[in-house]
Amino acid sequence: MYEAIVFLPLLGAIIAGAITLVGARNRLPGEDPRPPHHDHAVPLVPEAQAAHQQDTHAEIAHSSDDEHASAPPSAGSQAAELITTTLLFISWILSCYAFYEVGFAGHDAHVTIFNFITSGDLKVDWALRVDPLTAVMLVVVTTVSALVHLYSIGYMADDPYKPRFFCYLSFFTFAMLMLVTSDNLAQLFFGWEGVGVASYLLIGFWFHKPSANAAAIKAFLVNRVGDFGFSLGIFAVFLLTGAINLETVFAQAPDLVGKSFHYLWFDADALTVICLLLFMGAMGKSAQFLLHTWLPDAMEGPTPVSALIHAATMVTAGVFMVARLSPLFELAPHAKAFVLVIGATTAMFAATVGLVQNDIKRVIAYSTCSQLGYMFVAMGAGAYSIGMFHLFTHAFFKALLFLGSGSVIIAMHHEQDMRKMGGLWRKIPFTYLMMLIGTLALTGFPFTAGYFSKDAIIEADDTVTGMAASYGFIMTVVAAALTSFYSWRLIFKTFHGEPHDHHHYEAAHESPLVMLVPLAVLAVGSIGAGWAFWHIFEGKGAEEFFRGSLTFSPNNHVLEDMEHLPLTVSLAPTVMMIIGFLLAWQFYIRRPDIPENLARDQGVLYRFLLNAWYFDWIYDKIFVRPAMWLGRLLWKGGDGFVIDGFGPDGVSARVLDVTRNVVRLQTGYLYHYAFAMLIGVAAFVTWFMFARPH
Amino acid sequence: MIGLGHYLSVAAILFTLGIFGIFLNRKNVIVILMSIELILLAVNINLVAFSTFLGDIVGQVYALIVLTVAAAEAAIGLAILVAYFRNRGSIAVEDVNLMKG
Amino acid sequence: MILQAIFFYLFAGVCVASAIMVIAAKNPVHSVLFLILAFVNAAGLFVLLGAEFLAMILIVVYVGAVAVLFLFVVMMLDVDFAELRQGFLNYLPIGGVIGVILLVELISIVLTWVIAPGVPKAITAPIAADVSNTQALGLVLYTRYVYFFQAAGMILLVAMIGAIVMTLQHKPGVKRQSIPEQVARRRSTAIDIVKVKSGQGLT
Repeated sequence: MYEAIVFLPLLGAIIAGAITLVGARNRLPGEDPRPPHHDHAVPLVPEAQAAHQQDTHAEIAHSSDDEHASAPPSAGSQAAELITTTLLFISWILSCYAFYEVGFAGHDAHVTIFNFITSGDLKVDWALRVDPLTAVMLVVVTTVSALVHLYSIGYMADDPYKPRFFCYLSFFTFAMLMLVTSDNLAQLFFGWEGVGVASYLLIGFWFHKPSANAAAIKAFLVNRVGDFGFSLGIFAVFLLTGAINLETVFAQAPDLVGKSFHYLWFDADALTVICLLLFMGAMGKSAQFLLHTWLPDAMEGPTPVSALIHAATMVTAGVFMVARLSPLFELAPHAKAFVLVIGATTAMFAATVGLVQNDIKRVIAYSTCSQLGYMFVAMGAGAYSIGMFHLFTHAFFKALLFLGSGSVIIAMHHEQDMRKMGGLWRKIPFTYLMMLIGTLALTGFPFTAGYFSKDAIIEADDTVTGMAASYGFIMTVVAAALTSFYSWRLIFKTFHGEPHDHHHYEAAHESPLVMLVPLAVLAVGSIGAGWAFWHIFEGKGAEEFFRGSLTFSPNNHVLEDMEHLPLTVSLAPTVMMIIGFLLAWQFYIRRPDIPENLARDQGVLYRFLLNAWYFDWIYDKIFVRPAMWLGRLLWKGGDGFVIDGFGPDGVSARVLDVTRNVVRLQTGYLYHYAFAMLIGVAAFVTWFMFARPH
Repeated sequence: MIGLGHYLSVAAILFTLGIFGIFLNRKNVIVILMSIELILLAVNINLVAFSTFLGDIVGQVYALIVLTVAAAEAAIGLAILVAYFRNRGSIAVEDVNLMKG
Repeated sequence: MILQAIFFYLFAGVCVASAIMVIAAKNPVHSVLFLILAFVNAAGLFVLLGAEFLAMILIVVYVGAVAVLFLFVVMMLDVDFAELRQGFLNYLPIGGVIGVILLVELISIVLTWVIAPGVPKAITAPIAADVSNTQALGLVLYTRYVYFFQAAGMILLVAMIGAIVMTLQHKPGVKRQSIPEQVARRRSTAIDIVKVKSGQGLT
């Protein structure tokens, strides 16, 4: 059964891939393969934003021209989408069953597929390890993936490249499932890289757009930086334990406490170094503070992609990895503190940037970034199950928000700028209701899913002592207020108020049923996942549920201490949510002129937040330009001048020089030739007389 | 009295003169052909002298063959010259540089 | 003995002098004539050496054929009196040096040579005694060296054909007989019967 869960999506991907390749030949020749839609993504830099403002005013007049006839859907699209979606639903049903089996009935599974590496003493199998942690992730991944597949049938209805899209989606699901069921670090890394590749392919799905290409490359490169640290971590693990099998590593981990690496002039604690390196991978994959720059640009991909990859699954791979390696992290308290600090910083940073974004998808992207920070705060505090709980609920309501915004975008005919929206609740009431549920869950409205998980994180952080934890507490609490503010800002600007673009407003209509059903399912999950499952993630129930898959060190009493906190701490997040809601109400419903005035008066701060603390600009100056300069230098100077100059080109030029000089001997005059012969004869005779021994 | 050496000296001088004639002449190409004849003559004298003084008839046979070849070569050389003159109109040595390259 | 010496120096001297004049003469016809003189004197040297057949052949072939051929060509090409052009002296130093080196080497060898001891035993075809030079040559040429003889004939044949091919030009407009055409005449192509009315001519 577990093989079926993991490999059915792969089968779907292969079938869809075959359909893509075969269908490509059936396309009419000579067609312009431009896709029909191009999301009006709002540029980030204010100068470009100003320019965008000007030309979008002009674009309103011809927006109806967007529906120019383009390539028809490829042959076999329907087969591709139906097959992959069906296979994924089967996988989902099996995952739910597995969740019951493993989680509640207690039957852990370990399925060996084949022998992967046998090298000396190292023997690594390709195996599926299904324990409660994995079971939770299986449910999350397959649920969201199946619903996204279903949703994409409607969202990508006009796209001529559907088979390729579904192929990539299923391949991504396969890689993610491989990641969560991995039994050893190499397999985990395979899944890690696989989701990175799938992310690249899906972000750059509309590859005729240069911005999409650039975003895909950016995502992959920034992930690579993290993966570099991750690989070093794996190497360090192998170096110290001689194995990459998780069971073996965990068994040997306690022996490594106190060992240290000697590097240059200082000694570093081995486990801390390992955990920091592994966490670097998580920073890249989950878009944490310094390696976050790719996530907003990843919104270039279609909205279902954003929902699946950049909300529910790929970005949570980092969180999952930290949870999976909890035995190691528990033995490295400094690494945990670092994780907490980074998570808290990300939560705060992303929330501040999300306050002023104008693209609907970017707001939700920064929101994701911020919530991932929350999850890492929980991990850093030692409350692994709480972090997993937030991952579980966040998958539901963030996917709901993304898919709902996709519905809004379709309704507004691919307009993504919130400043052009407004008053949509009358035209698309069902989507409005779904988005409302998602926002309530995100902000932590009492008894929604987010209420249970997010508040749990803040409480867990409060139980831990230390500067890192105090810092984390302040950051998460303030970020809760900011989260509430920007979430309600999104709702008010999109659905309430006066419509800013009457043309699009008139044309707005509700999405087809195939897109609304997933929204409804996710809404049920957003509301119900909290009170249905909180007992397996918090308190005593957590230890019973997770058994050995999460390790809690003897000093880790977070789950117990959470029960005994003062009421102020428990209520703080709710208070913050109310403050945020009221502020957003004031700013966007009652007195809409305040935000504009504030932006104008506090121009520097506004632009600072709008440009995401100028991180892209900094990275461009520090890394991108020097790298390109170095590349150009090595290309023109190194390759062109040195290697070509002294190698082939140089040799050929010297040969030409020599021949040019030798050719001057061929004057055409017979007596010159005779003279040359004479000199030769004289030399020969001289040699004959004197050099030869007689 | 007159030993082999005398004859060989004569042949050597004729040979050198022939060589001089090839590249010292600035007049026309016929002089080159005549110098080649002189060289061949010098070689003939050498061969016959050795034939006499070693008592071996082979030298004379070989001189006969050389004679034959020299005649044939002179004929062909002059034919080439005539053809060249018809095409170029000049046999001044400085103008004969078609093989330049 | 002394007569032989006198004749030798006479022949040798004139030969060398005329060789110098071949190169130095301005008039190309004079060059050819001096070449003929050189050949004749060389023939004389051959006679002194006892190779009278070769001497006569030299005169017949070289003087009678080759030198005449030279003369023909010189006259046909209408070569001018050649002025001593500029640049003659350019090559004189270096050429002179090379030539002098060559000459010195040749003479030094001549003066210091020694016939190797094994040579007399290695003579391939000793001169037959008591026969004339012609007969001696004939005894060897058609028996042991017949292949060389035939090869020399082939060379001459090829040279003859080559010279003709290179220089033969069909002048346009020259009337020639074509025997095959004449023989292939038929009554139908040669005669044309025309009925002529009386009092009218052929038009």
